[in-house]
Amino acid sequence: MRIHLSSVLVDDQEKALRFYTEVLGFVKKTDIPLGAHRWLTLVSPGEANGTELVLEPDVHPAAKPYKAALVEDGIPCTSFAVENVRAEHARLASLGVRFVQPPTDLGMVITAVFDDTCGNLIQIAQMKELPQ
Amino acid sequence: MDDVFRAIADPTRRAILDELVDRDGQSLFEICSRLTMKHGICSSRQAISQHLDVLQGAGLVESRREGRFKFHFLNRKPLEQIARRWLRAQPRENNS
Repeated sequence: MRIHLSSVLVDDQEKALRFYTEVLGFVKKTDIPLGAHRWLTLVSPGEANGTELVLEPDVHPAAKPYKAALVEDGIPCTSFAVENVRAEHARLASLGVRFVQPPTDLGMVITAVFDDTCGNLIQIAQMKELPQ
Repeated sequence: MDDVFRAIADPTRRAILDELVDRDGQSLFEICSRLTMKHGICSSRQAISQHLDVLQGAGLVESRREGRFKFHFLNRKPLEQIARRWLRAQPRENNS
């Protein structure tokens, strides 16, 4: 068994596609019309066969209260790995991305949390090299 | 003033204040992350939320909503009252 897909619940798939590709830098992999919505997935740049991120419409009645409750408490359900959190924070902030937590050194990891504009908080994380 | 002393009598609540001194205006998630990763305090989010309620009751922490977000801020005023009462109080008589 391996991890194939992970989903983020987005309020608008087209807006999400723009943010996740143009701002975050992911690459569209699958885009299949399904009635009112699309089967829309992304991959990391340079990893065409890697784990896919599904931009899933948040149309289920439970989705919006669930998202709102997480956002109020500052909880990111999705975390992306980056080489350098501080550099990525500077790059995204210059593009107007709203951070609710600036880069924070937590010992083994440096993290930051931002608003994906689609109703979610996203964490970026940089694992530190453990001392030998 | 009893509630202020009760609030700071607990080591987890003192750690929350330490972290708000480090950076003011944190979400519940950030406070929980810092307590776990920096202090080894692995209390549940609900328990930390209750600690925050006690700190808010004592006036040491204020929470403010900014749009869909909720952030927690340190309020030093109750601690200044302690300083004024004992540290900065002038003796009434000189013993000279």
